Amino acid sequence: MINLPANPMLFANLLTEPVGVAHYVTVGAVLFVCGALCMATKRNALGVLMGIELVLNGANLNFIAFGSPYLRSDAHNLGLDGQLMALFVIVLAAAEAAVALAIALNFYNNHDSIDVDRAAQLRG
Amino acid sequence: MDAIYWPSFFFLLFGGLACAFAVAVLLSSNIVRMAFYLVLSLAATAGLMFLAGAEFVGAMQLMIYVGGTLVLLIFGVMLTSQERFVEMHTWAGDWVKGFLAGGALLFVLIYAAFSIPAWRGIERATVEAIPAQKSVTPIAMGLLGARTDAPDRSGYLLPFEIVSVHLLVVLVGAAYLARAKRSRESKIV
Repeated sequence: MINLPANPMLFANLLTEPVGVAHYVTVGAVLFVCGALCMATKRNALGVLMGIELVLNGANLNFIAFGSPYLRSDAHNLGLDGQLMALFVIVLAAAEAAVALAIALNFYNNHDSIDVDRAAQLRG
Repeated sequence: MDAIYWPSFFFLLFGGLACAFAVAVLLSSNIVRMAFYLVLSLAATAGLMFLAGAEFVGAMQLMIYVGGTLVLLIFGVMLTSQERFVEMHTWAGDWVKGFLAGGALLFVLIYAAFSIPAWRGIERATVEAIPAQKSVTPIAMGLLGARTDAPDRSGYLLPFEIVSVHLLVVLVGAAYLARAKRSRESKIV
């Protein structure tokens, strides 16, 4: 059982002390959950795409946080690897968006709809 | 009471903006507004990257992601925004199930993040003693396979080449997929 130390100063000194990896991971988690829910609940195919972008961004933010020397200075820091991985994620997200958008436009041209619920079959 | 530590203040500002606009993307049912909120959320994320000392990645986030990928998405929105697709409401049952699962996941993630002592930040004096270092040259050397920051770690020349060829293939494929088909019998739209 992991338990948080019942430390009331944990949030009280947010303005006067440097933030850590955990705060960045929290923002990343919010982005991830919002993106995942977007993917699950949106009916517009482009809304699903936006959810994917949000998820990738949350992951990117985590990579940056784990590689930053200002947030965590011990030996387990990712260092520059975090930033390099984040660059790869950005490039792959661009590629993914291009292909997914092409598929969505193709679907729109053929079925005259962008509703993912009508995309049970993806014939070209 | 200590003086305000301004990087923390800007972290709260950008982090709050990023989270708020991500939630706005989720809750909005208008696709045009979702695209706009997404632009703001990703731009705030770029601010967080600047704060974490990754200024090159932050600039790339602004240029490639916000300036390229999202403009592509907005083109898609413009091409498909007939009136019946602009507002598409999610069914209520989906909302309930989604919020249950998402809330549980969010709780577990944040709880796990704050339960690790090494992740809660380092002393203010330690942070202020870290010399500012430029990251562009080490990133370029890392992509070329000769790490200057940590010579014992391997470089990224092969992934760099793979990802560039991958990008080329993907763009050619996307142009092929999205081309106008004239042989198809004419659809009246």
